[in-house]
Amino acid sequence: MSSPVLDFDEALAAFDPVLGLEVHVELNTASKMFCGCSTAFGAEPNTHTCPVCLGLPGSLPVVNAKAIESAIRIGLALNCSIADWCRFARKNYFYPDMTKDFQISQYDEPIAFDGYVDLDVDGETFRIEIERAHMEEDAGKLLHLGGSTGRIGDAEYSLLDYNRAGTPLIEIVTKTIHGTGAKAPQVAKAYVSFLRDLMVSLGVSDARMEQASLRCDANVSIMPKGTTTLGLRTETKNVNSLRSVERALHHEIRRQAAVLSSGGTVQQETRHWHEDGEYTTPGRLKSDAEDYRYFPEPDLVPVAPSREWVEELRATLPELPNLRKLRLQRDWGFTDLELQDVVNAGALDVIEATVAAGASPQAARKWWLTELARRANEAGVELAELAITPAQVAEVQGLVDAGTVNDKLARQVIEGVLAGEGSPAEVVVARNLAVVSDSGELAAAVDRAIAANPDAAARIRDGHVQAAGALIGAVMKEMRGQADAATVRELVLAKLA
Amino acid sequence: MSELLRAGAAELAGRIATGEVSAREVTAAHLDQIAAVDDRIKAFLYVDGERALAAADAVDAHRAAGDELGPLAGVPLAMKDIFTMKGAPTTCGSRILEGWVPPYNSTITDKLLAAGVVVLGKTNMDEFAMGSSTENSGFFTTHNPWDNTRIPGGSGGGSAAALASFEAPLAIGTDTGGSIRQPASVTGTVGVKPTYGGTSRYGVVAMASSLDTPGPCARTVLDAALLHQVIAGWDPRDATSINAPVPDVVAAARHADVKGMRIGVVREFGGEGYQPGVEQRFAESLAVLEGLGAEIVEVSCPHFDYALAAYYLIMPSEVSSNLARFDAMRYGLRVGDDGVNSVEEVMNLTRGAGFGAEAKRRIIIGTYALSSGYYDAYYGSAQKVRTLITRDFDAAFEKVDVLVSPTTPTTAFTIGERADDPLAMYKADLCTIPSNLAGNCAASVPCGLADGLPVGFQIMAPALADDRLYRVGAALERELTSRWGGGLLDQLAESPSGAYLKVGGVR
Repeated sequence: MSSPVLDFDEALAAFDPVLGLEVHVELNTASKMFCGCSTAFGAEPNTHTCPVCLGLPGSLPVVNAKAIESAIRIGLALNCSIADWCRFARKNYFYPDMTKDFQISQYDEPIAFDGYVDLDVDGETFRIEIERAHMEEDAGKLLHLGGSTGRIGDAEYSLLDYNRAGTPLIEIVTKTIHGTGAKAPQVAKAYVSFLRDLMVSLGVSDARMEQASLRCDANVSIMPKGTTTLGLRTETKNVNSLRSVERALHHEIRRQAAVLSSGGTVQQETRHWHEDGEYTTPGRLKSDAEDYRYFPEPDLVPVAPSREWVEELRATLPELPNLRKLRLQRDWGFTDLELQDVVNAGALDVIEATVAAGASPQAARKWWLTELARRANEAGVELAELAITPAQVAEVQGLVDAGTVNDKLARQVIEGVLAGEGSPAEVVVARNLAVVSDSGELAAAVDRAIAANPDAAARIRDGHVQAAGALIGAVMKEMRGQADAATVRELVLAKLA
Repeated sequence: MSELLRAGAAELAGRIATGEVSAREVTAAHLDQIAAVDDRIKAFLYVDGERALAAADAVDAHRAAGDELGPLAGVPLAMKDIFTMKGAPTTCGSRILEGWVPPYNSTITDKLLAAGVVVLGKTNMDEFAMGSSTENSGFFTTHNPWDNTRIPGGSGGGSAAALASFEAPLAIGTDTGGSIRQPASVTGTVGVKPTYGGTSRYGVVAMASSLDTPGPCARTVLDAALLHQVIAGWDPRDATSINAPVPDVVAAARHADVKGMRIGVVREFGGEGYQPGVEQRFAESLAVLEGLGAEIVEVSCPHFDYALAAYYLIMPSEVSSNLARFDAMRYGLRVGDDGVNSVEEVMNLTRGAGFGAEAKRRIIIGTYALSSGYYDAYYGSAQKVRTLITRDFDAAFEKVDVLVSPTTPTTAFTIGERADDPLAMYKADLCTIPSNLAGNCAASVPCGLADGLPVGFQIMAPALADDRLYRVGAALERELTSRWGGGLLDQLAESPSGAYLKVGGVR
């Protein structure tokens, strides 16, 4: 199945890759694009349907205003112009997953156009120009059964689920992206990753690639170095993770380079990415370009968002996720690696809140990425869903800083808070966790430890300071951990050294 | 019984409301008439007597309980088979939809049922409303009650024929290029195409979405107005429906005063291709209106000459897309599903078998007109013509209150006469199409006979000025019926050629 490929470095020595990325984002509106049906994921097949999304004869679409709002906010976040007036268009083609055998989309009048985003990839900034972001409806889902591949070719029969039919989508299309060189796959990945974070921070989509609520079609062509004519491109589909975006493009560049280097021509076609074997196979030829016979959707009236509304929506935009990350990294003094860990753990928000509540960034990072990450993992929940607030985590750290508890006791405090025993301070009292600060009581405990461990005491007197560990351990044990180890050490050495 | 059949909707509703007659009796009388004459007329594709009688009983029960009844409660209606009604098969005159029972009501069905109107059944039509004769129906051709060898008009020929054969006092249709007005014209009935967006399209199987307009059909202008009032109004389920108050069409029909109105005669509609008798009745009607105090002026709408050509690009373009969904996957006909044929093959076989020649012709024309490389020349140019036609109307309505013309150039032609000549068939809608392209409102009212067959008088008014249609129509109707000593259809009922309808001698 796998085609010959050229070594990546060799390919890049001879060719320049040109990218074009089409990303579909499923909006998280409660109802569908043109009817009142629920968009909830995972329901019984064909239960979230009505005459409209089933395309029954006589039914008519009505636009979901919330979807328009989300589209405009996405457009604004991508630095796009927002159309004063635009229309929906019908994209006509026959396929069983389309209930009307046309898709309501936008054609030459998208809601948002001419934008850009700046991305940092390994310290180098790339500007990705956005051609357009337009609204459309999703199709139903086809399950091809009875075959070995799950694809239509060898299926015995197919099942249709129209629950997804009519779910609002935003398609974001870049202009051709030049000049990324060997970083092309990384740039693509960074772009999709940026969009994912952006959708989440805008609150307009779950943007989960594994659930296909964010999908990327990766177009790439290569042209011999020194030339300016674009090569024929392929469009790779089934790219279902960030890693796949990078890997698929990496592979496709190598494959196209092998084709061109051996004197062949690249077919303009769709390619299907195989995650497991890391290769692509040909899909539909695009040279016999399908004619979708677009025309303005006569069942809908034009969309004409007022400038006042657009400005109101602009004011609701959050800080862009990539800028926020840079700002937090700078403020917190985290290394790239530390920040990456935080992002991967989904801990950015909770750490920011913990720092805001008074903890040091490093302390906040430590708690959320170790003890609390472990607890969340055990419970199978997100960090933010744990029964402890960032303010309480800051309070725990405050108790440590004040010497009220040590790290080990602090973990018990956290356990108590998670168990619903009250605030950190209340747990300390209820569980009697405060370290013993009465020096008389400690001194007595130290005396008892010296008496019980004459050998160790003798060694310390002889100058073997490291032998203090045994005595400290004995004292800590007697105090059930509720002593400050450093204080105990001072007392031991003062008595013996 | 025949006396109940001759009565109009307003009169029947009044008598039902006072208890003089029950809704059941009225409904039963009409069901009997259908049983008696529809073998000959073939107006109905589907009749559900049980359901109709149950609806009538419900009205009678409301009356008995002292509930206030709506102005059309208990009045029977014939519904064009293009409106969905839960539980009643909807075919749109096409074999491809045979067997489909919609799970939902059109907005207009809901409004009719809420008003206590009794739906007798679904009437025949040209397939997907494409035609001017019902000869394009996938099932059979409806016959004109005036002369059974002639067409009843189309696409809503079934609804018009049901009215003219006294099978129903009210009917409902849709008008995309004249499908309400032309059948009204050739059957001697009243048909109104309301302002586009004034009546909801939700649950109306689409032919051409930007043109389709549901509207009332009746035997009198007042009855049409009463039905208009029931079915019109904003519908949040139809994005193209207009959120504005419905003009008081009933008051306008009762007022029936044209004194001081300026009435414009469209210069472009007349002359070659127009039957002399039609032009004569039209001229006489103008004189009647002038006599009633209206001012008649001639108006030129130069772009109306291009209306037919533009229409036959825009309409098929929308048709080609709207009819795509009939693909055998979810409902209706399925041909060739033998476990071997691919999805595409089943779609092809089904569409080949299920669609008639005219539907296929329009799908092909529309597909071509929207194709890459042809779009601008065809669909694009046609849209520009559409704008010019709208401007012609705007300019005309600066000068006059309404425009008038013959509804259709000829009286009813014979069955088969134009069946193989699509262009001749299309010309039946020459005068009606401009109002569809511009989205304004228009009506056809009977204005006499030519060679023994009905002639229609068309009135066109600006968008949202539907009341003007009723003012002018009712004034003309009042004067003509007083001259004739009854309505045009009374002449049919009392004439030997209408004897088979068995409704004569009661008035």
